[in-house]
Amino acid sequence: MTTMTMGKALNAGLRRAMTDDDRVVLMGEDIGTLGGVYRITDGLQAEFGERRVMDTPLAEAGILGTAIGLAYRGYRPVCEIQFDGFVYPAFDQIVSQVAKMHARTHGLVRMPITVRIPVGGGIGAAEHHSESPEAYFAHTAGLRVVSVSNPQDACTMLRQAIASDDPVIFFEPKRRYHVKAEVDDAVALTEAPALGSARIARPGEHVTLITWGGLVGVALDAALAAEDEGTSIEVVDLRSLSPVDYDTVTASVRRTGRVVIAQEGPREASIASEVVAVLTERCFAFLEAAPVRVTGHDIPYPPARLEKHHLPDLDRILYGVDRVLGRVRETGVEVSP
Amino acid sequence: MPDAAKPDATTQDPVRLLDEHGARTASDRYDPLIADLDDHALAGLYEDMVLIRRIDAEGMALQRQGELALWPPLLGQEAAQIGLGRALRSDDFVFSSYREHGVAYCRGVAPVDLLRVWRGVSVSGWDPFEAGMASPQVIIGAQALHATGYAMGIQNDRERDPATPDSVAVACFGDGAMSEGDVNEAMVFAATYQAPVVFFCQNNQYAISEPVSLQTRVPLADRPAGFGIPSARVDGNDVLAVTAVVREALERARGGGGPGFIEAVTYRMGPHTTADDPTRYRDPAELELWSARDPIQRLRAHLESRGAFGPELEESVAARADQVAAELRAGCIAMPDPDALEVFADVYAEPHAELDRQRADYARYLGGFVS
Repeated sequence: MTTMTMGKALNAGLRRAMTDDDRVVLMGEDIGTLGGVYRITDGLQAEFGERRVMDTPLAEAGILGTAIGLAYRGYRPVCEIQFDGFVYPAFDQIVSQVAKMHARTHGLVRMPITVRIPVGGGIGAAEHHSESPEAYFAHTAGLRVVSVSNPQDACTMLRQAIASDDPVIFFEPKRRYHVKAEVDDAVALTEAPALGSARIARPGEHVTLITWGGLVGVALDAALAAEDEGTSIEVVDLRSLSPVDYDTVTASVRRTGRVVIAQEGPREASIASEVVAVLTERCFAFLEAAPVRVTGHDIPYPPARLEKHHLPDLDRILYGVDRVLGRVRETGVEVSP
Repeated sequence: MPDAAKPDATTQDPVRLLDEHGARTASDRYDPLIADLDDHALAGLYEDMVLIRRIDAEGMALQRQGELALWPPLLGQEAAQIGLGRALRSDDFVFSSYREHGVAYCRGVAPVDLLRVWRGVSVSGWDPFEAGMASPQVIIGAQALHATGYAMGIQNDRERDPATPDSVAVACFGDGAMSEGDVNEAMVFAATYQAPVVFFCQNNQYAISEPVSLQTRVPLADRPAGFGIPSARVDGNDVLAVTAVVREALERARGGGGPGFIEAVTYRMGPHTTADDPTRYRDPAELELWSARDPIQRLRAHLESRGAFGPELEESVAARADQVAAELRAGCIAMPDPDALEVFADVYAEPHAELDRQRADYARYLGGFVS
């Protein structure tokens, strides 16, 4: 066990995956000499060579499209998309090709491709550098979508994603890159929690608070603050957004009877919306109150000095908790802001 | 010629080894590349072209009779596709569009397997690894990147193990695809990494209704130079010229010379697909002009001039075409509809609890009907 940041844990996970399987190749912009704009691939090109850590031309569709050809040839490409908002040029190759190839070929062609995407806001960045595009990918059959929140999960889940024979969209919340914790980078993948499983990040009794990625830290802070007022919040870190581990989530909601879900992305047709819909179907008889979503607004991502008004923070999450507990007086606000 | 063919006014005359009457033109550069094509080999190319034209006609007929949902005909492009297909080695790998029936036929794909997708019983018709050819691509130009990535994989494999065969990846697409970002990105990647990939563009003059003049102001074959990729423009209705030009590009790629680009200038004699009506956008005079350049007639005239075409060859090929067509028709009609729960098959390679749940729910729902 070594103490390291989430960024270093991702780097350790990549190194381990490349050592374990010489068919793993990394592709992306600035990932070689520079080590990536977030240094996640730092030192890997020097260690494994230019064939296995490829600086690519600036063409995201090109990165994904050539990764498909490499997968056809038996390789396991790990593609880095530099920022969340830069993934859209590759969207067709991801949803029309990567996602469908296995089904299209009756399982004869596998697409063990991992697409790493730094995600989300809270870092005061420029336009297109703070987005939360998870729902676009979760809506597409054939993809697995995960989002990590801590160094150990980052390391282990990245290794699991690379080892998976399915394509995995792997979100790395930028605001968590510098969070430090103890990490074992050699965990046996078969013994670690499955890639598709959720995690109870903090047990509680009164409210289930579901979130993932960048907001897990905020949710834990909110749970701590609520404890002072005598409210016990169970925080569920979804980890996997497609598929969602509904066994874990429904068990928690059936215990607490109240659910708040928080996400950075806009509300319309989002992960939060889908999870609330499923929980309403499967836990209706257990619910004491209507589920509450605490989300970004349905707006283009705002400039840095306004992002605090877009991103759910501790206060907005606690306001959602108060709503689900029936503590908010009628204000005319229809849903949780 | 109508305006549609303006990019034919080219800086590069297409390579042509057979004129429209089948007369052989000598070429110091290309003759050595096809020196092995004797009467027997030429008769084989003739048979291939006749057979694929017959398979294609049967596809059209089966669609008109309601047995296929759709069929994209290759009529007119036989020389381009057979010339390419027969120039490849079994360890090469093709990534094609949906019109390359002739290439697939050369790769050993059973004719009936060409129909599965168009009958709507499957999303692909064959094992890509067995044929050395990926499932046909419907998104225009997307496969150019797949071929390039595959070629990068060949490079990696050869670096890891020098005994790896010097295979080449081939991307087939049309004139319309030249406007797609994917094709242009593929040329950037291929040139950057000097990947062993051959881009084979069949310029059949139309992208559905849009003439090639809408895709380009310069001949298509002039564009790869901007990427640093050597290119050739070839008469796509001349199977000898296509063979020679493809072999040249393949040999260069095998020898570490990097990617190549071929523009095969041809003509789509039929509609884009059976759902299209080309009379809305094409001048009948143009069809007439291209009919005179028919690739099969041209090779037949050449065989005649060599004294290598007689009633025996004509009859045996015609009989074989009849037989293939009859088998194709029978095989098509005999294809069963897939089982309902097939819709859930192979979406993921590994277990997926939520999809398993949907499958089980749908099975229970279906089970509730009285059969």
